[in-house]
Amino acid sequence: MGNPIVFLILAGVAIVAAIMMVTSRNAVYSALWLVLNFSAIAIFYLLLNAPFIAMVQITVYAGAIMVLFLFVIMLLGAEQLRGVTAAIGGERWQQVLAVFSGLLLLGTMGILVFQGMGDGGDTAVTINSSPAALGVRLFEVYTFPFELTGILLLAAMIGVAIFSFKKKKKEES
Amino acid sequence: MSFNLIDFLLSFLDMTVLDYANEVWGDQPWLSPLLSVIYIVVIATVVLLLVFVVGWTERKVLARMQDRIGPNRVGGRYGMLQMVADVVKMMTKEVIIPAGADRWAYLAAPVVSLATSILLFAVLPLAPGVVGVNLPSGIFYVMAISSVSIVGLLLAGWGSNNKYALLGAFRAVSQLVSYEVPLMITLLVPVILAGTLSLVSIVEEQTIPYFFYVPLAGIIFFISILAETGRSPFDLLEAESEIIAGFHIEYSGMYFGLFMAAEYIAIMFMSALFATVYWGGYNFFGLEDLVLANGFAIGRPIGFISLIVKIAIAFFIFMWVRATLPRFRIDQLLDFNWKLMVPLSLVLLFVVVLLNKAIDVYAPGITEFGRMSIHLLSNVIIGIVVLEIMRRRARRKREAEEGPDAGGWRMEPVLAESDETQLAHAD
Repeated sequence: MGNPIVFLILAGVAIVAAIMMVTSRNAVYSALWLVLNFSAIAIFYLLLNAPFIAMVQITVYAGAIMVLFLFVIMLLGAEQLRGVTAAIGGERWQQVLAVFSGLLLLGTMGILVFQGMGDGGDTAVTINSSPAALGVRLFEVYTFPFELTGILLLAAMIGVAIFSFKKKKKEES
Repeated sequence: MSFNLIDFLLSFLDMTVLDYANEVWGDQPWLSPLLSVIYIVVIATVVLLLVFVVGWTERKVLARMQDRIGPNRVGGRYGMLQMVADVVKMMTKEVIIPAGADRWAYLAAPVVSLATSILLFAVLPLAPGVVGVNLPSGIFYVMAISSVSIVGLLLAGWGSNNKYALLGAFRAVSQLVSYEVPLMITLLVPVILAGTLSLVSIVEEQTIPYFFYVPLAGIIFFISILAETGRSPFDLLEAESEIIAGFHIEYSGMYFGLFMAAEYIAIMFMSALFATVYWGGYNFFGLEDLVLANGFAIGRPIGFISLIVKIAIAFFIFMWVRATLPRFRIDQLLDFNWKLMVPLSLVLLFVVVLLNKAIDVYAPGITEFGRMSIHLLSNVIIGIVVLEIMRRRARRKREAEEGPDAGGWRMEPVLAESDETQLAHAD
């Protein structure tokens, strides 16, 4: 995986950015730290010889989605947490669920890491990450999940359309 | 091969200095980082210095088109040093950070803008074999970096603690995000034609410039880059005469200058991108690969000059449009994009994909010229159909507004006269 020094610096940047994103009291700062985190991860992809995925990561996440987030945060003027209640926020069960799913994620990652250690960490894995190879994988091997994701996004879009149309009709009548 | 000073100096002339360094010190581990750093420094410096030239040219050309003389005091008869004087003025001005501004966001915004503009040049092929990084997905790199540059605008608008700046930033972002759609779709058309995402390979594949294959896509691409760089008639981001200056209203001194520089560099890059993907980049009738008998690669400077000339022509059209067309309203701007440019570019992409595949299947041995003719024909047909649809819609709209009898092509003479007298009074 490329140069270990580059990797360590990037890992540091990514982790610090992630922590700052969670602890920052200002929503705009949180979004900006997240942009930094996404960029660092994009460079990880570059180190793994996957430039296409790196570029998609920056375009989609750092470019499109985070711009949308920033736009909404700034439009609502919701950048500051107001009072202590907002900081604690949420219901009891939400906190429990969050901790539980966090542990689940950590556990899964731990298992994967230990499995990876078993068959020698230094075996150079060559990934064919060209757009063509990616397309073939997406449309031949993972067709079903891909289509499912498409339907999920479509459902979200239709939901938004329905909500906004209902509001409009009420205003008119 | 050992180091030879004369060969080394000569290699600067025909732009093979990178290859020369690789031949002499190719096995050294420090070579490639060093060359990268030198390339970055040189390109960033040259691009920043070019802002002087471009700014001066624009003022002069714009002035001539508006029947003025333009800069003519500083630096001789032609005002050559006008931009230098302006930059000195901006540098000596105080940088004022408005009260209540978010210091970090305020100071980071111009840097983000400028850095993203300069970063774009990393993948631009300047001459045969002279390119920063030959990324296999160079087109996507351009998309990625230009989508991040929007963050800079939002930061500037939000960090200034000024509602006009914030509104200006919203306006800018809605325009840039909308026009990114046709821009990216028409950027995919050359990708389909060349069968690669790398900018270098796209240039090499263009024995006939793609503008002759798909002129309609080229025109849409050009209009999109006009909007993407916030140039007239899409200069709603600044609109000096309506909203004060948009997102950078609170910036003074060199921080404002950085935004200006970022804008000019983005314009330069977009002109260069247009010249590269639609006008054949550094290609010049095959002369760009010419090597003299003594090994002097004279084709490289020729290719470089031809690229510069193409960029200059594209930039001249930028200025020409700016001097000619009035500004769009924001609703017209978004209508124009979502109701004309996006559907049209989608249809074009679809047709190009189908035709290209059909040609590969049914006429595999076809010449480049034949391929070009088929694509051109399809483009002309689409163009005629679109114009006809637009004409009918405009006519229906006009008739709905004026009633069916008032229409027709000829204006009533009485009406025309009163119009003229009204105009005379208005003057």
